[in-house]
Amino acid sequence: MMVLIKKTNIDFIKKRFMFFGISAIMIAAGAASMAVKGLNLGLDFTGGTLLQVQFDQKVTTAQVRESMTRAGLETSVQSFTGRNAYQIKVKGSQERVNEMADKIMAGFSASFPGNKFTEEKRDYVGPVVGRDLAKKALFAFILSLFGIIVYVAFRFANPVWGAAGVIALLHDVFVAAGALSITNREIDLVIVAALLTIAGYSINDTIVIFDRMRENMRMFPKMQLGQLANTSINETLSRTLITNFTVLAVVAVMFFYGGEVINNFAFTMLVGSICGTYSTIAIATPLVYQWAKKGR
Amino acid sequence: MTKLHWKIGTVLGLLILSFWLLYPSVEWYSKTNDDRAKTEAMRMRPKRILNLGLDLRGGTHLLLELDVAKLEKKEKLNDAMARAIEIIRNRVDQYGVGETPISRQGERWISVDLPGISNTEEAENLIGKTALLEFRLVNTANEAQAVLSKVDGMDEPPFDKKGALLPEIAKMMPKGAMLCKAAPGPDGEKARYYVLEAVVPVTGAYLESARVETDQQFGTPSIGFTFNKEGGKLFEEFTGANVNKYLAIVLDGVVHSAPVIKSRIGGGSGVIEGSFTMEEARNLAIILRAGALPAPVNIIEKRVVGPGLGEDSIKKGLSSAAIGFIIVVAFMLVYYRAGGFVANIALALNFLFLAAAMSYFGATLTLPGIAGVILSLAMAIDANVLILERMREELLLSKPVAMVIPTSYDKAWSAILDSNVTTWIAAIFLFQFGSGPVKGFAVTLTIGLLVGMFTSVFVTRAIYEFWLTSNPKELSI
Repeated sequence: MMVLIKKTNIDFIKKRFMFFGISAIMIAAGAASMAVKGLNLGLDFTGGTLLQVQFDQKVTTAQVRESMTRAGLETSVQSFTGRNAYQIKVKGSQERVNEMADKIMAGFSASFPGNKFTEEKRDYVGPVVGRDLAKKALFAFILSLFGIIVYVAFRFANPVWGAAGVIALLHDVFVAAGALSITNREIDLVIVAALLTIAGYSINDTIVIFDRMRENMRMFPKMQLGQLANTSINETLSRTLITNFTVLAVVAVMFFYGGEVINNFAFTMLVGSICGTYSTIAIATPLVYQWAKKGR
Repeated sequence: MTKLHWKIGTVLGLLILSFWLLYPSVEWYSKTNDDRAKTEAMRMRPKRILNLGLDLRGGTHLLLELDVAKLEKKEKLNDAMARAIEIIRNRVDQYGVGETPISRQGERWISVDLPGISNTEEAENLIGKTALLEFRLVNTANEAQAVLSKVDGMDEPPFDKKGALLPEIAKMMPKGAMLCKAAPGPDGEKARYYVLEAVVPVTGAYLESARVETDQQFGTPSIGFTFNKEGGKLFEEFTGANVNKYLAIVLDGVVHSAPVIKSRIGGGSGVIEGSFTMEEARNLAIILRAGALPAPVNIIEKRVVGPGLGEDSIKKGLSSAAIGFIIVVAFMLVYYRAGGFVANIALALNFLFLAAAMSYFGATLTLPGIAGVILSLAMAIDANVLILERMREELLLSKPVAMVIPTSYDKAWSAILDSNVTTWIAAIFLFQFGSGPVKGFAVTLTIGLLVGMFTSVFVTRAIYEFWLTSNPKELSI
């Protein structure tokens, strides 16, 4: 039998205030970044126009920027390494569909005569659409959180478990969003899907340890809650780490080799899956202990 | 037949069913692009196959908003939306681009996914034109002449930004008349206007057909149309009563021509002339045939992904995910040996069943959908790890193998069930209330979780039980 994680006996509950502290720092860092820099919301939420073109002959980012300024447009320019392709974005409300994209194209034609360029991607999001999408996604997310709390309360005969699980889940989603803000990555609808994936993964991970605690409670009804929690975490530690390793392996490869389109997605997943495991051990279980110890 | 036979029979039966369900998809995607396009044009595209979303295959996504304010009051919103969707579908079908999902979104939005269209301007014109054809009399009263000369002397158009007539002109207008722009003439020519009667005796609603006709002499295209019986009668009466007056042919509020009515026009047909290109005339004939939208639509969202980018991103993303899974499979084999092998079989079946189920439902795979697949696979692996770790725990208590397996499954079950159901509840809510990409995520996640529970618990257990019949002494995990 190959064993990576020997039987452990770590007192996680005793260290809980340290964990709470670490989490507070992570959340504070994310919150500070969001307050100062804000979230880099994509067109999906702000509305606007995106145009991605590939030039036949080499142009530099500076040249592209300059051509946009000359065309009188306030844009953000992103280049793709090694492909001579550029993404131009103009965020904000635009009432008409092709107006801005045509202006950008005209700007290129004027600044780079003779250099042919092909349009790879063109997005236009009207002012109402973005808000509607975000609203609906948020509404669905909040409803699903309530669904989770109710189900877990029902299965574990106490609402504390569900609440602790949901707080750990929110913690993970928030930390991932904070990391996106710090690294200035853009949040679009694919990232929303990643955040939802993190939420699902986090609650899955949490429930497994809760399940072991529930089992141990039945087997050792007299055991102190703190010891019970510790035993349960330690017993499931090898499963927790192995599962996390398999998920990490996939998202890490996607992050490093997956290409430009899924890079932000993979990054979010990378942060979120690490965080999901951490929060199960360091947040969800200690919270249950903190809230339930008096009741026992 | 024992219980075990039933279990193995179920798994093998599902395996065969999956291959059968997957066959159309495999056949479809192993065709060349040209072949697929040909089959689509003939409308022979198989229904039950796995579709790729526009973000993966390239194409144009349009979101249209029906301008409800301009709807005729008596028409209910739901009816108007259904009619608008029907008409847009008609137009797209006649244009011939193949499978185009068109659906209502929210209250007054219509989503149109045009696969592989590169000329989006043309598509926008085809879909976004209201195509309201009207025949109105030209008002030739003195007040009308005064209005036209006043407008002619102005440098700015006589309408404000919202399209309403400027007040100084509005008060000059004769009663029961309206000002309409003429179709633009040759470049550099000043915009021309007409004063028309507000009453519309005949509209395009009475059209039976429309087609492109070319002028014998110059070869310039125009659009010939034929009224249905009722429309023909109305048109005949109307022209008969108004001989020597001017008849304006107005399309979407723009006057295309205003010939004089020389005599009563019978036979119920006519011609719209104007400076059309051949393409424009062809598309105009299509949308006139398909009918007018109940109200104008505005494009409120548009996404164009060049097919190259879609292909490139799918290749890179998929190959990286594949490498990731190979690492996982290898790790499971090395770490859990025989147990890992069984888990890997479950993982492979998971892929197969999921793809088969999605093909059967004709589901569309998008990037967020792939996220859902990854989560469900991760949870399926987790379920296996849970079971395998339990087995190790039980083995350490030096129980006999025949006891270890059922005990491990029983003990792991509650954790697997609860974690899956919890995530499943979230997925159901996201499916019900989310839109677009969130929904795409929820669909694959919902199906993936069900399939994952089945393969990682039922299938693996059947395999172990089958293996137990050989009375093994040792379990290599």
